[in-house]
Amino acid sequence: MSAPIELPKWADVSLVPVLAVIVAFLVAGLVVLGIGESPVRASILLVQGALGSGEGIGYTLYYATNFIFTGLAVAVAFHAGLFNIGGEGQATMGGLGAALICLKLDFLPWWIVLPLAIMGAMAFGAVWAFIPGWLQVKRGSHVVITTIMFNFLAATLVVYLLVNVIGKPGSMSPETRVFEASAHLPYLHEALAAFGITIPQSPLNLSFVIALVASFLVWLLIWHTKLGYAIRTVGHSPSAATYAGISIGKITMITMAISGALAGLLAVNEILGVQGRLLLEFSSGYGFIGIAVALMGRAHPLGIILAAILFGMLYQGGTELSFEMPRVTRDMIVAISGLVILFAGALDGLIRRPMAGAFARLLKSEG
Amino acid sequence: MEIYATLIAITESGLRLSVPLIFACLAGLWSERSGVVDIGLEGKMLAAAFAAAAAASATNSAVIGLAAGIIASVGFALIHGFAAISQRGNQIVSGVAINMLAAGLTALVGNAWYAQGGRTPPLEGDARFQPLTWPGAEIIDQIPVIGPLYAHILSGHSALAYCALIATILSGFVLARTRFGLRLRAVGENPAAVDTAGVSVTKLRYAAVIIAGVLCGFGGAYLSLGQAAGFLTNMTAGKGFIALAALIFAKWRAWPAFWTCLLFGLLDAVAIRLQGVVVPGIGQIPVQAIQALPYLMTVVLLAGFIGKAIPPKASGLPYVKER
Repeated sequence: MSAPIELPKWADVSLVPVLAVIVAFLVAGLVVLGIGESPVRASILLVQGALGSGEGIGYTLYYATNFIFTGLAVAVAFHAGLFNIGGEGQATMGGLGAALICLKLDFLPWWIVLPLAIMGAMAFGAVWAFIPGWLQVKRGSHVVITTIMFNFLAATLVVYLLVNVIGKPGSMSPETRVFEASAHLPYLHEALAAFGITIPQSPLNLSFVIALVASFLVWLLIWHTKLGYAIRTVGHSPSAATYAGISIGKITMITMAISGALAGLLAVNEILGVQGRLLLEFSSGYGFIGIAVALMGRAHPLGIILAAILFGMLYQGGTELSFEMPRVTRDMIVAISGLVILFAGALDGLIRRPMAGAFARLLKSEG
Repeated sequence: MEIYATLIAITESGLRLSVPLIFACLAGLWSERSGVVDIGLEGKMLAAAFAAAAAASATNSAVIGLAAGIIASVGFALIHGFAAISQRGNQIVSGVAINMLAAGLTALVGNAWYAQGGRTPPLEGDARFQPLTWPGAEIIDQIPVIGPLYAHILSGHSALAYCALIATILSGFVLARTRFGLRLRAVGENPAAVDTAGVSVTKLRYAAVIIAGVLCGFGGAYLSLGQAAGFLTNMTAGKGFIALAALIFAKWRAWPAFWTCLLFGLLDAVAIRLQGVVVPGIGQIPVQAIQALPYLMTVVLLAGFIGKAIPPKASGLPYVKER
């Protein structure tokens, strides 16, 4: 990306993203001030809304689940030096994959339908990312542009199918019928109730557990498998990868498919967990915020989980905030994500250069 | 005659729909020809549309609105330029950030200021760019065949629509025929050579980014002051990305960009026209198939199945002077 700026590793993974978020929040605070509200009161309301009640925490983690999936998707591609901005489209296709299985097979018991639907979501997401990867390798078209185009193609395809093919007959809104109960991924409050534990009701469902497992698997894949090593090599130095006999093309296509499968999992949370039917625009920008999450989490699953929870808090807290302060709508979270992407991504030199200077002086005075 | 009138109507609305595409596409042309990849066209247009509508509603002047739109768009362009040129940051990341920032801020501020769900108050009269009626258009309209061409295709658009044509002529001429244009294109292909010749890469790239900002300003102002009567949340609705597609389709050249945008605008108009229409013998034509065409065509073209689209060689690469 930018010219290398040497920093101790701990500072790179913790201080840089934290400072980027602080700067982003300061700018957002100025905006809140500019529209005539108190940033301090807004922050307090936001944190209260996100963490002040069991229900709030449930919602926070439910939103975080989406961000973990899309953040992981972007991060895996980052490791291979690829930029997948097609998370939206891949999640949309994931929803289609899950919905097709549910519509055909939801008369079967849950232990057949649910695993198949989850695999369907992953497979459709994977294919939607694999094609741009394949096109880059075989035909030389850049993944960034192709994935942007594929976002729109996925959106129009799903509109077409919902309006003309799989939509609920006689319904005016473009959505499928509601799936049978066997195709519903249990809410966490339902699942825990089975063990006699009561927690407040929220849309938080077993997808959150899937997200944690996926994070662990991504960590295992990237740092503890041969494939992960190859992915990182391609990302760090394509020429070294070639000398080592790693096929860049193959790794590009595999990485894109994994990335797409992770983005497709977003549909598991939204479609199988909450909506129980396929509808339009359920991915509502989560794919793009995943870029902020991946940048902030420094493409590490642990960092991504933390960043995802932060964005989950912003989403949930932002919703509550907009009830208390109608002038501060949830659009603010989109703006904050933009700022985080800017300061943790494109402008991170602004933060890293002075820090590198400070560390150099520190070392000098010690030595 | 019925079919002819329909054709004229579709062409007329296609022209209107293509105007913002032309501005955004030319903006992308300038930026990318200088080696700065710009996927933030969407965000810049959105910011401009909002600023233009807000200023026009405050001052009741479309021209002041346009100026405000240009200022807002250039502001975002400078953020992108600073990240991409001075900070040598990742240009795609910066573009994504610009888009999200613009989408979030316009909706947030719009809602806070006007409390109408992110809309600006409806604009009318001098606060909008009204269609210009050419002399005698109403009388000439009566002449069969040629009349409607004059009255609806040539005449009857807002001043900004004619600006789009002028912008194309200027962009094509300056990029292809002037020293500035040659240097700018060179900076997108081989910045080191330009630097060796003693010309500042940084200045040229900033100039290109600012021109892109101005053009997106026109595009955004057209959306909220010409096509619509005020700002709506996310009113660019992907137009910046269609413009990007058109830019690739036009292989980074001004006049092909113009024609491609006209084509994409026409496709959009056809799709709107065919909504719910049942064609005898074929049945209902899926509107989505037509809407998907620009994206599909771009993917196919990029993949080299019809011709080959090769971007400027140094696009996306920050320039580091060797010491």
